[in-house]
Amino acid sequence: GIGLDIRIPIGAMFALIGLALAGYGWMTSGVNINLWWGLAMTLFGGALLAPALLKRA
Amino acid sequence: MTDVRLAWIDYVLMAIYFAFVIGIGVALKRFMRSSADYFLSGRAIPAWVAGLAFISANLGAQEVIGMGASGAKYGIATSHFYWIGAIPAMVFVGVFMMPFYYGSRARSVPEYLKLRFDEKTRALNAISFAVMTVFSSGVSLYAMGKLFKLLLGWDEDASMLAAAGIVLAYIFLGGLTSAIYNEVLQFFLIVFGFLPLVLLGLKDVGGWAGLQARLTTRALEQGYAPTAYTQSWAFMDEATRNPVGVEWFGLAMGLGFVLSFGYWCTDFLVVQRAMAADSMTAARRAPLIAAIPKMLFPFLVILPGMLALTVEPRRASAPPGVVAASVGIVPPKIADAGEIIRDTNGRPVIDYDLATPAMLAHYLPSGLLGLGLTALLASFMSGMAGNVTAFNTVWTYDIYQSYFKRDASDTHYLWMGRAATIGGIALSVATAYVAAAFNNIMDVLQLVFAFVNAPLFATFLLGMFWKRATGHGAFWGLVAGTLAAALHHGVSLPEGAVVGVKGGFLGVVLPPYRSELAQTFWTAIVAWTVCFVVTIAVSLATRPRPDEELGGLVYALTPKPAEDVGFWRRPATLAVVVLTATLVLNLIFF
Repeated sequence: GIGLDIRIPIGAMFALIGLALAGYGWMTSGVNINLWWGLAMTLFGGALLAPALLKRA
Repeated sequence: MTDVRLAWIDYVLMAIYFAFVIGIGVALKRFMRSSADYFLSGRAIPAWVAGLAFISANLGAQEVIGMGASGAKYGIATSHFYWIGAIPAMVFVGVFMMPFYYGSRARSVPEYLKLRFDEKTRALNAISFAVMTVFSSGVSLYAMGKLFKLLLGWDEDASMLAAAGIVLAYIFLGGLTSAIYNEVLQFFLIVFGFLPLVLLGLKDVGGWAGLQARLTTRALEQGYAPTAYTQSWAFMDEATRNPVGVEWFGLAMGLGFVLSFGYWCTDFLVVQRAMAADSMTAARRAPLIAAIPKMLFPFLVILPGMLALTVEPRRASAPPGVVAASVGIVPPKIADAGEIIRDTNGRPVIDYDLATPAMLAHYLPSGLLGLGLTALLASFMSGMAGNVTAFNTVWTYDIYQSYFKRDASDTHYLWMGRAATIGGIALSVATAYVAAAFNNIMDVLQLVFAFVNAPLFATFLLGMFWKRATGHGAFWGLVAGTLAAALHHGVSLPEGAVVGVKGGFLGVVLPPYRSELAQTFWTAIVAWTVCFVVTIAVSLATRPRPDEELGGLVYALTPKPAEDVGFWRRPATLAVVVLTATLVLNLIFF
């Protein structure tokens, strides 16, 4: 794009939201879409973020 | 509906989203060195990013909430808005029209009209478009405030001003690039936020077969054939046999040709995203890449509405009268005084706009509920941001630079772009308050804009593919088409509607249409045809521009774009794949 690799903010946001969601799912597991969907979002975020960060390194 | 309660995790997810949205604007601010950076993203956006922004700019609340509502109302036939009402037009703009928009180096769609026709045609399009974008943005803001008050009890003023403030911050800082990056982010967020609804809903009702069985009952109750809600084409031979109330010709010509090509091929709001691409090939591929998720979107936004009709309410959180009047989990409309609104036959009027929000409340626990509501907020904000970025570009280039300050420095236009962003947001907020106070005025304005939009594609089609078309022809064709739309609407009325905004204000001459959609489609057909004929007639009576002035603006006088990518990445190849897949989807749900 114009100077910022778009995969970095999007990957970071999805990884962070995914971790928060999965963590909450784990916390509430004994009280589980939060856990599984959170993990899926973390994986998606990581898949975007990792190659972008490797490219910068 | 206000029994939706949020936990701390829901607020945390919203806060993360807001932080990233504004963070993108802050990160991009230092790259905004010229007006081209601010308004056109420096023409540096890769094809896949431009493509996802192309679809996401259109992914406002009207899509997410409105298509869910239509799914509940019309069933799978709502997919016509995608498989015939979007994909063919997206393919057409990518393959045939982007070479002119991008190759002419026009900075906006109105500027293309100036290059191809003349100043008065550009002015007509630029001014009507600028007013329309601010209006759409304001109405979207008002709808957001109203929905979140209903769902969560949030203060309308606070939620409207907060959303407007966030959109203002990231566009003011990062211009079109910030809007595009956030639109891509919002696209993925909407997919992740709404997909669980579809998966859980289908699991709950026993898959597609279970949904079909449950909708059979609904179809028979409404007097249709058993599969009227789960087949998209089978009952289109007559308007009376399908829930949409439209026959195949009105659908194919009105929606599939006039309205859809008029929107996807000429609306600067979406075309601007492709014009920001980093090469001609990328600009042509952007709408084609966008068409791939677009053809799958019915499963994401229409299915929740269909499911909402068939799901059993789990507990009576609403008053017993409301629960009894609901269809599935879709509640009836409630008047301000608290009583259920009923039609002339005494039956409750169902509030289809609440189908998707009701699904969110029904299936999502705290955590995922926060994600779903954030996705809903994202859809409102991306629709608003798309309108504001289109507005600030058209205002600065097509109105301010053309009529107020022609030869200022580039830094001045960059400053004006930021000022226009503030002005656009302020006008949107003002429009939202007008909408809250005078709902009927908004209905009238929406109608006027529909009249203005209906004939547009005829002007562009003739401009790009007939070198004999003249500026006078284009201008008077547009004026005549708009008047024809108003005239047709004024002498027609849908069944059961009262004379007024719904039509008939000039005296009902035509037989009543089966539905409002049928009337809308035929109004568009009339407007387009009149514009097409008048443009040709006036053009033949006026002097055309010499061929040497039309290079890059007209098909016959423009060299074919070079194919600088491999066979599988060429626009034509992608177009064939997209159209074939769309045909298959139409056949599966025929």
